[in-house]
Amino acid sequence: MKREAYIIVVSLLVAMAAGSLLILAIGQSPAQVYGTLLARTWGDSYGFGQVLFKTTPLIFTGLAVALAFRVGLFNIGAEGQMIVGAFATGLVGTWLPGGTPWVIAIPLAIAAGVIAGGALGAIPGYLRARFGAHEVINTIMLNFIAGALVLWAGRSWFFVEESTHTATVIDSVRIPSLGISGSAANLSFFLALLAAAGVWYFLERTRRGYEWRAVGENPRAAEAAGIRIGRSIIWAMAASGALAGAVGANFVLGYKHYFEDGIGRGVGFMGIAVALLGRNHPVGIVLAALLFGTLSHGGFEVSELVPKELVDVLQAVIILAVAATSAEVRRLTTR
Amino acid sequence: MMETLFSVAFLIQMLRITVPYMLAALGGSISERSGVINIALEGKLLAGAFCATLGAYYTDSVFVGAAAGIGGGVVVGALYALVVIRFRADQIVAGVAINLLALGLTRFLLKRAFDSTANSPPIESLTANALAEPLFWIACALVPVVHVTLMHTPFGLRLRAVGDHPEAAATVGVAVARVRWIAVLIAGALAGLGGAWLALSSGGFVAEMSGGRGYVALAAVIMGKWRPVAATLACLLFGFAEAFQLNLQTSGAGLPSELVQMLPYVLTMVVLAGFIGRSRAPGALGKPY
Repeated sequence: MKREAYIIVVSLLVAMAAGSLLILAIGQSPAQVYGTLLARTWGDSYGFGQVLFKTTPLIFTGLAVALAFRVGLFNIGAEGQMIVGAFATGLVGTWLPGGTPWVIAIPLAIAAGVIAGGALGAIPGYLRARFGAHEVINTIMLNFIAGALVLWAGRSWFFVEESTHTATVIDSVRIPSLGISGSAANLSFFLALLAAAGVWYFLERTRRGYEWRAVGENPRAAEAAGIRIGRSIIWAMAASGALAGAVGANFVLGYKHYFEDGIGRGVGFMGIAVALLGRNHPVGIVLAALLFGTLSHGGFEVSELVPKELVDVLQAVIILAVAATSAEVRRLTTR
Repeated sequence: MMETLFSVAFLIQMLRITVPYMLAALGGSISERSGVINIALEGKLLAGAFCATLGAYYTDSVFVGAAAGIGGGVVVGALYALVVIRFRADQIVAGVAINLLALGLTRFLLKRAFDSTANSPPIESLTANALAEPLFWIACALVPVVHVTLMHTPFGLRLRAVGDHPEAAATVGVAVARVRWIAVLIAGALAGLGGAWLALSSGGFVAEMSGGRGYVALAAVIMGKWRPVAATLACLLFGFAEAFQLNLQTSGAGLPSELVQMLPYVLTMVVLAGFIGRSRAPGALGKPY
């Protein structure tokens, strides 16, 4: 536990230092930038609501990436899985008959997203299990492919004429807002927390979760113990994709009320940073997601001072710092 | 359509498109042969493209641009080497992070340098006829140079030894970390040059213009069984795919452009599925020493 805290703190310090350097390089004051960022996120009720809104999808994608990591797999495809999931959610949301009660409509729409994301995730899982093809490149390729497929399908059949979004979803499938000063934060935030609890319970308290963790820690030993590696890989990648596919609930059902091309861009990759900083543990992931949600909305708020791409740079620096620090810690403490 | 496929113009276009893949794959094969996975090729390509754009913009010289691109790739390579060799971080995670860093940083700098979120202003660029550009022939010459260096020089032997069995190499006095650093820096230089070519032949920098080519180049390395010449041939295949889909889009054959654009990525997945099992990776690939 102390090791993990050390890793997290050092990584954050490194990231802050790197960010400060960049801010100074463009002639701004780090203190002013960080101060403004904090004030307009946690110091303001609308800002805080937006932070929660941005945090929700990151919990899902962070869980997705972390779950895969625990099984020894690299899911870099959360971005594509999120896109097809949100698309499916949006479509189902427009197809349902207008009078469908929300207890049926909302779960159905979310389930559509989950299944779509899961299906996409299963593909690299299968290719890994059957052909030994490493899932890193395949998941990245599928990001490109999924984006192209969704755009094509939408333009051909599902988008409103001359636009890149679907029709508005029916009323009963909308997820209510949390009502925080007009921000976009909605009830799917609690769905995300539930998902985090669910993933924790699955990994730590069920037999299948135990098997998956075994595969992640020592595949040969797991195989010798009778665990079917191939099947675990495929289902784990599917579950990972499914979690990413649930993001549609936040953006499509809880905010825009239709699917639009470009919605949620970047949350798939940010999920990698969230998973690493959260040390692949659901509690850590929720906290890390809050941090990145803060950076995400905060970066937007300080965009007059600093290009908001700074947040992307910070995110990458954090990943590098965590990767370097955790390896260094492991080396220093296992001699 | 068929006439265009076998025309000289198409061939030249294909060669022009293949160059970034080829250079990235050359770099990738060197780095991977020394035992360092190079997912970061994509980031090196992008950094090379951006630095080349800066260089060419401010000096109106294609060669300065190319040199700047090489420099950009080397800097990214150095950062990658620091994190995975000195700190022994997981190479795949670090590689993905480097690519994200390159994406964010190039966008950030694009905004600052040119005040745009999408593209740079036009720069001094290469002519469409790749065969007329000296840079093209330099790039092609690098293929036999890399091959000979890797396969027939003492340095290349040490490099391959480090990639297959670093412990054994160390016992005979090879400085494993130093060899790997050099390999990663060379990979950065080559990929940076590839990115420079990309930007210079496109007439400027467009955000995220590497478009996955670094990953495709990695697939070419695997397909070529980590041998530079074979990897280059694999790159020709991918170059053909990209040129083909570009022509498909403009030929008005009625196929939707989004689907056609997917071709190189689908091809990559198919290649990976078909060729992984049969190839033998360098023995210590991906394991920190």
